Amino acid sequence: MSRKDLADIASGRLSAQQLAQNFDDVSPPLDRQSALIAAQRCYYCYDAPCIQACPTGIDIPSFIRRITTDNLRGAAQDILGANVLGGMCARVCPTEILCEGSCVRNTGESQPVEIGALQRYATDWVFDTNVTLFDRAPATGKRVAIVGAGPAGLSCAHTLARLGHDVTLFDAKPKPGGLNEYGIAEYKVLEFAAREIEWLLSIGGIAWQGGQALGENLHLSSLCNDYDAVFLGLGLAGVNALGIDGENLAGVRNAVDFIADLRQCDDFSQMPVGRRVVVIGGGNTAIDAAVQSRKLGAESVTLVYRRGSASMSATWAEQEFAKTQGVNVIEWAQPRRILGSAGAVEAIEFEYTQLDADGRLLGSGDVLRLAADTVLKAIGQVLLAPRADGDASALLEVDKGRIVVNAEFETSVRGVWAGGDCVGGKVDLTVQAVEDGKQAARSMHARLGNGGQGNG
Amino acid sequence: MADLRNNFVGIRSPNPFWLASAPPTDKAYNVIRAFEAGWGGVVWKTLGLDPHVVNVSSRYGAVQWNGQRIAGLNNIELITDRPLQVNLAEIRQVKRDWPDRAMIVSLMVPCDEESWKYILPMVEDTGCDAVELNFGCPHGMSERGMGSAVGQVPEYVEQVARWVKQHSRLPCIVKLTPNITDIRHSARAAFRGGADAVSLINTINSIVSVDLDLMAPTPTVDGKGTHGGYCGPAVKPIALNMVAEIARDAETRNLPISAIGGIGTWRDAAEFMALGAGNVQVCTAAMHYGFRIVDDMIAGLSNWMDEKGYRTLEDFRGRAVPNVTDWKFLNLKYDIKALIDQDKCIKCGLCHIACEDTAHQAITREKDGKRHFEVVNGECVGCNLCMHVCPVDSCISMVRVDEGGYANWTTHPNNPAAVKEPA
Ligand SMILES: Cc1cc2nc3c(=O)[nH]c(=O)nc-3n(C[C@H](O)[C@H](O)[C@H](O)COP(=O)(O)OP(=O)(O)OC[C@H]3O[C@@H](n4cnc5c(N)ncnc54)[C@H](O)[C@@H]3O)c2cc1C
Ligand SMILES: Cc1cc2nc3c(=O)[nH]c(=O)nc-3n(C[C@H](O)[C@H](O)[C@H](O)COP(=O)(O)O)c2cc1C
Ligand code: SF4
Ligand code: SF4
Ligand code: SF4
Repeated sequence: MSRKDLADIASGRLSAQQLAQNFDDVSPPLDRQSALIAAQRCYYCYDAPCIQACPTGIDIPSFIRRITTDNLRGAAQDILGANVLGGMCARVCPTEILCEGSCVRNTGESQPVEIGALQRYATDWVFDTNVTLFDRAPATGKRVAIVGAGPAGLSCAHTLARLGHDVTLFDAKPKPGGLNEYGIAEYKVLEFAAREIEWLLSIGGIAWQGGQALGENLHLSSLCNDYDAVFLGLGLAGVNALGIDGENLAGVRNAVDFIADLRQCDDFSQMPVGRRVVVIGGGNTAIDAAVQSRKLGAESVTLVYRRGSASMSATWAEQEFAKTQGVNVIEWAQPRRILGSAGAVEAIEFEYTQLDADGRLLGSGDVLRLAADTVLKAIGQVLLAPRADGDASALLEVDKGRIVVNAEFETSVRGVWAGGDCVGGKVDLTVQAVEDGKQAARSMHARLGNGGQGNG
Repeated sequence: MADLRNNFVGIRSPNPFWLASAPPTDKAYNVIRAFEAGWGGVVWKTLGLDPHVVNVSSRYGAVQWNGQRIAGLNNIELITDRPLQVNLAEIRQVKRDWPDRAMIVSLMVPCDEESWKYILPMVEDTGCDAVELNFGCPHGMSERGMGSAVGQVPEYVEQVARWVKQHSRLPCIVKLTPNITDIRHSARAAFRGGADAVSLINTINSIVSVDLDLMAPTPTVDGKGTHGGYCGPAVKPIALNMVAEIARDAETRNLPISAIGGIGTWRDAAEFMALGAGNVQVCTAAMHYGFRIVDDMIAGLSNWMDEKGYRTLEDFRGRAVPNVTDWKFLNLKYDIKALIDQDKCIKCGLCHIACEDTAHQAITREKDGKRHFEVVNGECVGCNLCMHVCPVDSCISMVRVDEGGYANWTTHPNNPAAVKEPA
């Protein structure tokens, strides 16, 4: 797509200074003084509700108390011991629906303890000082293959490495991190993702193998043969299509691809963005694509969702944030067709929707047409199950687009565990993926420890 | 409007708020600013004989608690480090310019009659209203046989008070050190020596913290530290008790008291005065926030007195003294139970764990599988612990459940020394 063809899609809309400002840390770190003030607001609840609300079960009152005694190492051990990506989670967790949402200080004051910011304060210390917090148990001689180096795979790898197993971490992408590296909004993580992974891998015992795609140059049956156990943390690597006319016009893109380009871009002044951008969807991806389009200098960004805001999977706080960034939100409208000329998108038509008496979504017949040079599709990611490669993959049971696992995260294939978005048991969040990876590792360890092999 | 005018052993001031002898009253400049801000009087920073003392650099240590920068303050400063005549000239001038404010001169000289005979006429000549004898300073000066070294020996206290009354017509206030086992002995000694009043407390001997890198106490002077005097909010409870002990002692019950120790608000002042103090002195709170705090002390006390219908300070002074008693006279029939207001409860669980681990296992934590905190009356002894740990104001209240009556330890069957009739 050359700039000549699509003059409305251009890079360098804003000055380098403005871009730097726009993509700066969205919630800057606390200094010691503010951290202490924030920490002192914690009541140190007994059997604290915030712990229950954290998918990884971080002992929040304990780490916050440790901050108040300047025991940052102890605080970091509390956090990273339960959630090895606690630094990332401190930046990306929708705390308003997790820990902070259940903090007792919401009652009466509507002002929870700033758990996320404090978690970042304690974990930043680790990455700033580059300390080692965890040692490995004596080598067990067991070898585990992990496919997918996103939060689930990384968490699984670290847990196993700590327990003394040797891990090989495969991923189709050239860099580890999964969506931490290719998906999460830039202004939430800045340079942090790579630094965190470097620290995580420094425990040792984890061999990184990029460019290895399961079902292409990597096969489940051979992994099952070569390793004592296998973990799949494949995420949702595919995207849903709209299935409407005009979807192939230039200027129509998957939001995740746009975001991945942005995350991999070293110089935002080289990052093309439309003048009039329309984003379709109501989740994290839609919000992040919309906000980052604005930050790159798009004149108008309209996010269109087919239901009401209460049904969006993006939290209320994220929706509010998008509005403060100048994103225009239209609810109750579904895309009907994309119009273009000379092969490029010019406009998109929506039909307004409403619910019928039975709660079904119906088109109302009224049409809304929005001029657009860019349409970003964010209507959901889907599992790309590894292509059948003989026995093993053929046996991998998939239901409603997710790999089926039991409570121990074991798949239908003996010796193969899975977790994270690809199993999608609870919520599709980084922190849940970390927990899945950790629990799967514990299950694998228990199985490997019993003299036996994951792979019988 | 309440009348805040204060008459303390004949010394008149527009309000009962004086600044204690310390850096805030070190020289004319500070004292004039204090008077401008509205302070009723000052006790000038303690004078001594020339050659004047010298001070070290690095003088204060602080205890920070839960976000409070100064929960307690410690200092290793000595008495004034300016020449005697300079201080005397300034005192004379300030008193002349501010005749309606109380001007008390604090003194500390060696424990011999000559020294007192020498200094008192010069002090009297300034036109000041009274002298305060500093028998309290627990550091530095005590190594030289002054300050608390005198205050800790009742015979010395009595002797010096007597000298001062002999050689001066000025009212004499004896400032007591809390670094003793029973404050009543020092107060009685001052009374016997003829002192017109006592003031208390001076600072408490302390080491506020140890610098774990330097491995030395703070404040650290070139690698070493020494014990210093502790004051500020943390010492108020100790001062309150000492004031109450003097106010209810048979021998000293009529001895006027100028209360000092952790006072920073009108409420602190009212509490001390309810326990019998004639007025109060302030040091740390002024050092923390500046002289302007007196503004709220005046307005707050006045508003509270209006609300309660007290016209003058005398209307409420000493009112709590009859209610300070010995443990053995407390009513054993009185019974209270904690009650949790479920609408206010935020379910933090602090009451449960406090009672469960350290009190009487009287608060449940669950009901129908949900977090729920409720008092089991049969187990609750009415200790108040849960009420104090609960972070929500007035969520836990203590409710009286007994059926009246009175019985105390003096007649209790478990008391080996019980008497037959209630005492
Ligand atoms: C745009 C966007 C923004 C988001 N923002 C947030 C947020 O702010 N907060 C939050 O909590 N969550 C957010 N999420 C969700 C979160 O990123 C995911 O829940 C989380 O990354 C899931 O982790 P995972 O390890 O299961 O999968 P992923 O992070 O998706 O990692 C899967 C990895 O597997 C690799 N892989 C896939 N298939 C193969 C194969 N066949 N062979 C080899 N490797 C393969 C992929 O390359 C990838 O590296 C966001 C998601 C998106 C898309
Ligand atoms: C830095 C400092 C110096 C002090 N110097 C004296 C002094 O020279 N003479 C004296 O009688 N008391 C002195 N004190 C004690 C105070 O007058 C007062 O008794 C004590 O601080 C308790 O009151 P507070 O809690 O309001 O500070 C000093 C206190 C401080 C903090
Ligand atoms: S619920 Fe809030 S106050 Fe209680 S422990 Fe958690 S963070 Fe602290
Ligand atoms: S008053 Fe004491 S015994 Fe009673 S419930 Fe509270 S803590 Fe427990
Ligand atoms: S301490 Fe107070 S707020 Fe917390 S659970 Fe108990 S009663 Fe409720």
